[in-house]
This record gives sequence, structure tokens and C-alpha cells, in this order.
Amino acid sequence: MTFDPYASSRETTEGTVFSVTGGDWDSLVTEIGEAKEERIIVNMGPQHPSTHGVLRLVLELEGETVTEVRTGIGYLHTGIEKNMEFRNWTQAVTFATRMDYLSPIFNETAYCLAVEKLLGITGDVTERASAIRVLMMELNRISSHMVALGTGALELGAMGPMFFAFREREMVLDAFEAITGLRMNMAYVRPGGVAQDLPAGMTSQLRELVKTLRKNFKDNAALLIGNSIWMKRTEGIGYLDLAGCTTLGITGPVLRSTGLPWDLRKMQPYCGYENYEFDVITADTADVYGRFLVRMNELEQSLRIIEQVLDRLDTLDGQPVMVADKKIAWPAQLALGADGLGNSLDHIREIMGSSMESLIHHFKLVTEGFRVPAGQAYAAVESPRGELAAHVVSDGGTRPYRVHFREPSFNNLQSTPAMSEGGMVADIIGAVASIDPVMGGVDR
Amino acid sequence: MHMYGAAVDWNGINCEVTKSIEGVYLVGLEDKLPSGILLSTVEGLAGYMRKSSVWPATFGLACCAIEMMALGSAPKHDISRFGMERFSASPRQADLMIVAGRVSQKMAPVLRQIYDQMTAPKWVISMGACASSGGMFNNYAIVQGVDHIVPVDIYLPGCPPRPEQLMDAIIKLHALIGDTKLGPNREAIIKEVELAALNAKPTIQMKGLLA
Amino acid sequence: MTHDQSGMFGASGTGDTSGYGGLVRTQASFGSAERPYGSYFDQVADDLERAYPDFSDAITRVVVDRGELTLHVKKERLVEVAFILRDRLKFEMCMGVSGVHYPERTGQELVALYPLLSLTKNQRIRLEVATSDLDPHIPSVVEVWAGNNWHERETFDMFGIIFDGHPGLTRILMPDDWDGHPQRKDYPLGGIAVEYKGATTPAPSERRSYR
Repeated sequence: MTFDPYASSRETTEGTVFSVTGGDWDSLVTEIGEAKEERIIVNMGPQHPSTHGVLRLVLELEGETVTEVRTGIGYLHTGIEKNMEFRNWTQAVTFATRMDYLSPIFNETAYCLAVEKLLGITGDVTERASAIRVLMMELNRISSHMVALGTGALELGAMGPMFFAFREREMVLDAFEAITGLRMNMAYVRPGGVAQDLPAGMTSQLRELVKTLRKNFKDNAALLIGNSIWMKRTEGIGYLDLAGCTTLGITGPVLRSTGLPWDLRKMQPYCGYENYEFDVITADTADVYGRFLVRMNELEQSLRIIEQVLDRLDTLDGQPVMVADKKIAWPAQLALGADGLGNSLDHIREIMGSSMESLIHHFKLVTEGFRVPAGQAYAAVESPRGELAAHVVSDGGTRPYRVHFREPSFNNLQSTPAMSEGGMVADIIGAVASIDPVMGGVDR
Repeated sequence: MHMYGAAVDWNGINCEVTKSIEGVYLVGLEDKLPSGILLSTVEGLAGYMRKSSVWPATFGLACCAIEMMALGSAPKHDISRFGMERFSASPRQADLMIVAGRVSQKMAPVLRQIYDQMTAPKWVISMGACASSGGMFNNYAIVQGVDHIVPVDIYLPGCPPRPEQLMDAIIKLHALIGDTKLGPNREAIIKEVELAALNAKPTIQMKGLLA
Repeated sequence: MTHDQSGMFGASGTGDTSGYGGLVRTQASFGSAERPYGSYFDQVADDLERAYPDFSDAITRVVVDRGELTLHVKKERLVEVAFILRDRLKFEMCMGVSGVHYPERTGQELVALYPLLSLTKNQRIRLEVATSDLDPHIPSVVEVWAGNNWHERETFDMFGIIFDGHPGLTRILMPDDWDGHPQRKDYPLGGIAVEYKGATTPAPSERRSYR
């Protein structure tokens, strides 16, 4: 056929490849009409409103049916793990926290638990610090599930839940700001405890928050559960049973939607989770709707845990939030002064005026950092997406020798072909949304 | 800088459409309109209309994207007040690219392609420290500032910047858009800016008190 | 880690006048742990010995440290041991592959770690496989635990360990035509000097710092 600059085609070993640059649509259509096959390769590129982040999906379609899905990741690779090797153990928390940016507290906690294991101070972390860690983690679980539900609904076409979800999320972020100073990427959990204590009156504020959230979650649920469009779009979609989950190493709501009640908070408790009463939510349909229900119900369980933690925190008032060992504990105390949050003047008076030892500790900890005995440790937490673990290798120095994060989204995203092949194009979006991958964690 | 010209009938006025590095504009229109005071009225009107309904392209990459989503969807910070709630996934229909998040080496060509696919007039806000300068990730994997790849109009620091800070950046961008000159005034400003950029002192030479 | 570390600061030679440069710290190397290992590790070791007669030949070292059991496996036996661990000892899930690069351990520089999790027994162990830089091949366990597909690709991308038998070993995090394996210790962190007015601060890997 004559050369057409707008719709050229060429023969390859895989068949005819058409290059479409706009222009003459008619000649393209006639060309395709002559071809016998209907296989189309579509690139849902890294920039896409519905791929939940910078994820690239290369789809082979036959009509509306997907025959092959290939996932391309790496578009957000930041070299966080290598960067952490050049910072001391406490500074590395600021890098860890930006990995899975929807659940920063979980990243920090996994890393800090691994470092504390290496230091051998897991038993020395104060009860109050552990309780505050649990509080922050459960609040973070709520805010992360809100984004998951909101964006998942948005990607499937429902815009209302997004506004409701973000309204709830803003309330939780306000709580984060009051406690840590930042809405996201707080670097609040440090090896040895947490950076600073809760401000005065925070527990009663949080009780109000829990009451409001409990009421508001009913709005979210009412929008989607029972909605016939939502049910048709999510029931039976993205099926992945228990065998598939275990061989792919999938944990979290995806695993619990198959019926297995595997939750690290119950099975291998950390940070004092064994002291709190809550249920492990499962579903038995192993589809998008099941995972959606798991996430919705986990919100209520998180609220239960938060209430129990608040009661506990009230009894532990006045306890320190860092380990007692001054050679490890992060020295700075922050206080609200006339010009904003800054170094507590009492602390400065102490280190400059009265205690030489405190000054030395402060200096050495901030410049050099503490030394961690050589060895390796692996600590896992149950993040909103699954098992998030930090594998930390130390060579005895002030800087991590190697930190590797086992990110749940990295494993969970591998199941996209298993969930989507054989289904329709529109169901891929639902399947990916139900996995809830956070590309920052996938690519690190 | 002519690339091609085509005769066009715009509301009964015959003019020519030319394409240059700044974008498409109706050259003939300026010839037909009176210059001076009345041109500034046209500038004001065009600027007002352009800034009132900027459609951002979804280019959320990492943590900043979540704050951008909070600005877009949270009832607390409502981007609809600017008429910008319609995030455009298709770059062809987008005016503003908010580069929200860290740009990795793999993502850089994609970023440039999306920018190229946007139609003029277009603006870029580099949101957050990672987009503006590489942020805390000074390493092999991250492009140290998207201004290596696309021309940036507003740099917004923060890690991540609060939605209110992003709103402030958008308001400043609106002021910039509203003041855009047309026709010969625009060419004059472009010449000025280029001259200033060519003569600008690099940061390391601005010794200040050290000199 | 059996090498001696000397000095406290990053700079060696001239410039360090603190006197700490003469400090020598010897690293303790771990021998194999002695029975009883404690907690469930004895049961795991007994089950493995019963199910796998060549246990003492394949497992070169057993390390029990900080409440975790690490089995050092010879790389040729890795797939056999993996199948037995998965089928007989019920370690159904592998939490991925973690690579570490020890440039000082000649002959054993590249290490791949496989954390395993048993859902039925609620136990965790770890497998460690070492190989040399000159022959960076380790058999792939994708047929045992399919989820390791991407993990092995990532370890190849970041460390250069080639997994024999992997269905498609290509780069996953870096661009496909990238040179080098970034997380090796001999690969620079990259990064540029931060420019201030009149001075620069070197990139994080170039600064004088504590070890």
C-alpha cells in the first residue's frame, strides 16, 4: 500500500504494527479492517489517572478481554535503601518514612523495631512509647485506608466517596500535626522510642476524634455497600485464592479476603499489641468486594484499639517516651516556646549549665550517633497493605550497613496478571485498586 | 520564528496562525487591534480568563501527590474555588502541570513527553523539594530538579508542602498568568528575561558578605 | 565480617588530628551456633535433618542471633532445601530476596537472604546464600515460591546477582539500559554538591563523616 505518513504500518514477527500519529483515520480503519487478527497492545502508561500511582501496565487485548498483563515498575525508584547507608541510625528514619508515603509511621516502626532488636533494647522501650507507637500506627491505618477507599472508588468511577474519605483523612492528619508537627512523613518514631511525648489534653481530643470518625464511617459505608453499580463492579472481580496468595507471598487485606485470619498484630505481636482486644477481619469471597469490606471493617477495629490505647495512655501519664540508656536515647526535647516549637529551654539549661555528661551525650548522639553491634535483624509489622518488614544489617558502626525493606505492595502487585488476565479491561482497574499498591514502597 | 503559517478566519477577522517556541498565538489579531491602552485591556481580559479556569494535569508521583489530592478532594481545602477541580488526565486538555513528587531517572522521559504533549499556553509548578531540586534524595536515582527537564514557573518548597502552601503557589501562578502580555509587549518581555538569564550570576558567585 | 576497622572518621591520612585515627576495632565473626538453639529452632533443625538427609552437607552454618535462626545454605543445594522447607516443613511463604554486598569477604562477597514464614506453624527462619563476585550465580527459587520473581529481578538489578533459571531476569527498578548495579558498595551514591552562595557542600557520600 502507499506510504501514509499519518497511519503507517509495518510487518513484524508478531503481526502488523500500526503507528498512529493522528491525521488520516479512514486509511487506518481500512487497514485494520483488512487485518484478520484483533489483538491490540495498549500501554496504560506511568502517567494515568487510574493506575494508583506511577505504574505502567502493558495490556494485550482481544476486543475487551485481557489476554496478557505486564506490569512495569521502577518509575519512582529513589535509592532510599542506599541513601540510608550514608546517614546515622536515627537520621535514616527520615528516609525510611518516605518510602511508603501513605503509612509513614509503619515504615519507621518496622525500621526502629529492627534496630532495637539489633541493639538488644526491645524490652527497654517504655510502655508509654509502645502505646504511643500503637496509637500512631492505628491512626495511620485509618488515614491510609481512607485514601485506599477514596481512590479505589474514584478509579471505578464513584467520586463521592473520595470527598468523604478525604474529609476523614484531614481530621486524622490534624491529629498527626498536633502530636508530631507534620501531617505526613513525620519521622516521629525513633530507635528507642518516639521523638516526643503527646501534648497535654491530646487524649481527650483524640476521644472526640474517635467519636466523630465512628459516625462518619457510616456515611462512607452507606455510599457504597449495597449500591448496585458498586456491587456489579466489584463482586467476582480480581479473584485470587489462598494458594495464589501464599505462593506469591501476599499478605494483608488481600490475604485476609481469602478467609485466612493472618494478622501479624495477633500472630506475632509487637509494641504491646497483645494487650489490646480487637478482631481480625476476614472475608471469604477473595474478590475486590471482599477486600473492600475487609478494609472498611478494619477501620472500626482500629477505632477500638485507639480507644483502648487512650485509656492506657492516661494511666501511663508522666512516663518517659525514650529508653533510659542515655547513650542511645535521642537527647533533644522539644517544647512550645514564644517563637514556636523548638529546643526546650530546660534541656538547654541542663546541658549547658548543670550536666557535662548530658552535653557530651547530646553532642555525640547528634553528630556521631550511637553504635549498633554487628549482626542482622528482621522486624515485621502489619501495615495497611500487608507485612512490612525491615531487614537491617549492621557492621558495628554508626551507619546502617544495609537496610532492605520487604514492602507488601511489591509482592502484592505481582498478583496483577493473576487477577486480571481473562477478565475485561475495566476490571484491571478494580483489581489494582483492591491491591492498593503504593508505588513509593514498590520502587523504594 | 515562523514554523508554518495558515490562514484562518477568526470571528470574521482574517489573520494568520503562527507557531513559535512560545506557543501558538494569533499574530494577525494584534495587528488588527488598536495598540497601547486598548491592548492592555485585551491582555487583562485574556489573562483573567486564562487564570480563572486552569486545568491541572495529573502528574502526582509520590507523597506530594497525596497533598495535591487533599487539595483537590478534601472539602477542607477546596481547589474548586479556583475552578481547578477538573484534573485532566489527558495532557492535551491540561494547562498546568504540577510535578508533585520525586522524578526518577526512569520517569524523566515520560515527564518530558507529557510536557510536550500539553498544548500552549502551559505552566509548570514544581511542587515539593524533590521536584524543585532533588530534595533530600541527592543520589543516582533522582533528577536533581525538574527544571533540568521542563521550564518551571513556580517552585514550591516543602516536604510535602501543605495543601495551603500549594494553594499559595497556585494563587501566585494565577497572578503570573493574569499579567501575561500579548503581542509586541510579550516579545519585549521575553527578550528582557532572556537577557537577564544570560547575564545572571550563578549562585556560587554571589559571594555577598564573603567577597 | 572478620575484617578490622581502623579509624573513626571517613578521612584517612592527613586532616584527622583527633587521635582517633589510630583506633582499631576488630569485628567478631560468628561461628556456627551450638545446640540447643532455643525456642522453636531446634524443632526446625530436627525436622529439616529428618526430611533432608544431606543436611550437614548443604547447610554450612547455623546462626542463632537476636532471636532469629539463619541457615547458611550452599548455593547448589538451595532449590532442594527450598522445596523441602516449603513442602515438608510448611514454610509456605517466602518474604522476598534481600541482597547484601560485603566487599571485604573475598570469595563470599554477594549474599542473598531469604526470610521464610510458615503460616501453619507461625514460625520464621532465614536462609542465607553466599557467592563470589567472580561467579555471581545463584539458582532461582521462583519455581518454589513464585512471589520471588520480582525480588530476584530487583536483587539482580541492584547487586548483579544472576539467578539461574529465572523466567525473565531483567532490570526492574532502574531503566533497562542502566549501567552498573547501584546498591553494591563500589557503586557511588551519586548526587551533586549542594551549591550555596560562595561555597558548596559535598554530596552525602563524599563528606567527612563517622564510620
